[in-house]
Amino acid sequence: MAEAPRTDLDVIGKSLLKVDAAAKVAGQTVFADDLVLPRMLFAKLLRSPHPHACIQRVDVSKAAALPGVHATLVGAELPIPFGILPVSQDEHALCIDKVRFVGDPVAAVAAADEETAEAACRLIEVEYAVLTPSMSIDEALANEGARIHDYGPRGNVHKEVSYDFGDVELGFAEADHIREDTFFFEGNTHLPMEQHAAVAACGPDGKLTLWSSTQTPHYVHRALAKVLELPPSQIRVIACPNGGGFGGKSDPFSHELVVSRLSQKTGRPVKITLTREEVFYCHRGRHPVKMWVRTGLKRDGTITAMHFRTALDGGAYGSYGVASLYYTGALQTVTYRIARYKFEGVRVFTNKPPCGPKRGHGTPQPRYALECHIDKFCADLGLDPGEWRLRNALKPYSVAANHMYVRTIGLEKCLETVMERSAFRAKRGRLGPGHGIGIAASSYLTGAGLPIYWNAMPQSGVQLKVDRGGGVTVFCGSTDIGQGSDSVLAYVVAEELGIRVEDIRVVTADTDLTPVDLGSYSSRVTLMTGNAAIQASRKLRALILGAAAKKLDAPVARLRAAGCRIWDTAEPAKAMTFTEAAVLAESEHGTLGAVGSYKPPKAVARWKGSGVGPTPTYSYSASVVELSVDRETGIVRVDKVWIAHDVGKALNPMLVLGQIEGSVYMGLGEALMEEQVFRKGLHKIPSMLDYKSPTTLEMPPVESIMIETLDPEGPYGAKECGQGPLLPVIPAVANAVHDALGIRIDETPITPEKIVAALEGRYRAPQMPRFRYPETVKVEPLDPASLPAPAAQEVTR
Amino acid sequence: MEKQRIRLTVNGEERECLAPVHHTLLEVLREDLGLMGTKHGCELGECGTCTVLVDGKPILSCLTLPIECEGREVRTVEGLAGAELDPLQRAFAELGAAQCGYCTPGFLLTAESLLEQNATPSRQQIAEALAGNLCRCTGYLKIFEAVELASARMRGEDPPSPVDTPVEVIRG
Repeated sequence: MAEAPRTDLDVIGKSLLKVDAAAKVAGQTVFADDLVLPRMLFAKLLRSPHPHACIQRVDVSKAAALPGVHATLVGAELPIPFGILPVSQDEHALCIDKVRFVGDPVAAVAAADEETAEAACRLIEVEYAVLTPSMSIDEALANEGARIHDYGPRGNVHKEVSYDFGDVELGFAEADHIREDTFFFEGNTHLPMEQHAAVAACGPDGKLTLWSSTQTPHYVHRALAKVLELPPSQIRVIACPNGGGFGGKSDPFSHELVVSRLSQKTGRPVKITLTREEVFYCHRGRHPVKMWVRTGLKRDGTITAMHFRTALDGGAYGSYGVASLYYTGALQTVTYRIARYKFEGVRVFTNKPPCGPKRGHGTPQPRYALECHIDKFCADLGLDPGEWRLRNALKPYSVAANHMYVRTIGLEKCLETVMERSAFRAKRGRLGPGHGIGIAASSYLTGAGLPIYWNAMPQSGVQLKVDRGGGVTVFCGSTDIGQGSDSVLAYVVAEELGIRVEDIRVVTADTDLTPVDLGSYSSRVTLMTGNAAIQASRKLRALILGAAAKKLDAPVARLRAAGCRIWDTAEPAKAMTFTEAAVLAESEHGTLGAVGSYKPPKAVARWKGSGVGPTPTYSYSASVVELSVDRETGIVRVDKVWIAHDVGKALNPMLVLGQIEGSVYMGLGEALMEEQVFRKGLHKIPSMLDYKSPTTLEMPPVESIMIETLDPEGPYGAKECGQGPLLPVIPAVANAVHDALGIRIDETPITPEKIVAALEGRYRAPQMPRFRYPETVKVEPLDPASLPAPAAQEVTR
Repeated sequence: MEKQRIRLTVNGEERECLAPVHHTLLEVLREDLGLMGTKHGCELGECGTCTVLVDGKPILSCLTLPIECEGREVRTVEGLAGAELDPLQRAFAELGAAQCGYCTPGFLLTAESLLEQNATPSRQQIAEALAGNLCRCTGYLKIFEAVELASARMRGEDPPSPVDTPVEVIRG
């Protein structure tokens, strides 16, 4: 930002209440299912009972004749495909020719109440011709003839990639030691407490409004326009506050399109609320990933080459999968120095609910593998795994092997802090039988460098309006999913204008009212909306302070705005209220308003596929986990977690701690119990009772420490904190289990059954699928002249 | 659909409605009485989100028939706050214990019941009392702290507000 830095912050850095805190604790936040509109109808979806089948006939006549039914809908009525990524437009509002997983929606009904809609769904006749299902990566690759989609390079391969940065074979030739390991990360799901819901209302003018529990109203807006064949100007999407998202509400969904069309057909509002079982079918959660990693090292632990292979079980549709695939190879390079790097990956379609982005999107799986692999090669070389991580940590303003440009790095500080606080050095290997301690570190994006669909526009926009009474309204397309994004907007504007948070009203996530923000994903919101809000606020402040300066007869540079007052710092008696200044400014300039926007800096990387990985700035985390294992039962009790997170700048420390603790919790669930598994084509556990997630009784104490590196790209120096802290927890658990028992479970979740099997010598390590990766693209080295000059100046505010 | 007349005392008010005989207390509260503060996460008794108090005890409203509650005192999240937030609500707000806020009403009511029975619960007792309520956002820790803060205030102690408590940050 061009303006001179200010060292005194009045709002930023304080643990203020969230702007919606009172409404939330009073139970007054209006979630999508809480909306009730006059004459509202209720929709239900009929879903496929088969994992893979051709649809031969759909007959809704009996359903349509049922009293209380107002409309039915089948796939042929909405034939245009959609999908979150432009390259994977492979979904339909309702299946037309084929179903691809148990739960794929086939037909829909709108009725006077839910029970009638359900009864009508049971009257819909569907004839299927059952096809061979593929329920795993290996089956999908073997069943080449039973293609799930008719696109992709061949068989059930959705996408395959292979890149070599710097010729790894040369690096392996230089190595003193080479180690290979294979890992499997089981799929798991977001399990937001709120079941997805949507209400559509098509007015007599043909204009459609959709309220939905979505993290990405802008993308839903685009999908609706495409599938309904309506100009976007006729569609308004409002994202209600999400009752938890974690990535699970980031795709446009069948049910959103279906209620919209049903509302058009009936001229009445139509609501749908998914059952918990249906939420498991929507999924878009963590991909199951098989991974193989081979690393060449010098005796001192210097990495000469790393070759990483991944195979992703994508489920039935593309979703974010192409991005997920690239993410399984993108961020291994931004934590430790790796001289040469090769990544090969493949995503295959299977007949299961589609996988997509869950907290950490595509990076927790390889991070888990890499951090376990590090402990293993350290053991081979007789190196201490904590010291190895410290010694090999990437330095600030580096360019990683795969051309990812890294700005500030708090990794060493994170590692030092958790090792010191946990007494890691004293405890490792010395806690006695059944007790162990493990460490791991990680990095994550603060927003993706590129938008999902290519365009040169900003990724985030903010608009401000000033009321004559001194109130300010912030308009922004961002969506609060519980992380506090509405509050961040208010804090930033309050800080910049020198007013109270209470004087600000925040209007978000409404495609009619708010400038576009791409959505709550990839940990982008605080950085991007924060920067956009700073820009808008400073434009507005210039108008208001300019008017005040004239009246006070003082130079603008000498004015200070804080606590709803503006005064001359040289002569503090020369002062006025913010409201008085705003009135002066409006009198001088006319209606007061300002806009601001943000677009990430251009990435250094230029190779095809390098759209995934760059970010304005990377966050860093390190974690130590101490745990106890019962050798008889295999039950793991986590005793304590230490975590340090480089958040750049904690804009609200209390909210940052909440994000860190929530990430630790979710990481522990994935490490020890959460798994989305299938049996004979069916989801084995589509309920909250059977899908194990940690309760209050499993949650250990967590010591969270925030590290501030004040990144020049972040607002006031801030980086993300909502996803990154999940990443190191999972491998730290695995490394601690090894410290406790001397065994390796090279897959997640690390369940009691697997531990007991390993202790009894029955554990079978995971294996990579038989697959020939495509020919490797050798990426040209970067021209040093093209690299940015290290932006060494620090942000001081 | 056969309907029956249901008379309930909810948050101290006499309420009456006609509802299908098989509708649960959750459905009647939300759909017939307009008390949308009670949320649902599974409607199968698995997540604790729909917890309300009946005669002061937490029950799962998705597994309860309203007729069972006639003549008893039903309390929902709308009954916690008067003109001001109650101590638990205030502590949840101050500590960021409500992130998405969806599970919050259920947690508040379960915690309310705990604090009515035990004014000085230990961390372990709090965890045990709340073990039937799932939260995916917070990792439960801020919720534990909020219950402790509220219980201290309800005992007449005056611990500093988390809003004014500096949090450690380390310069990296």
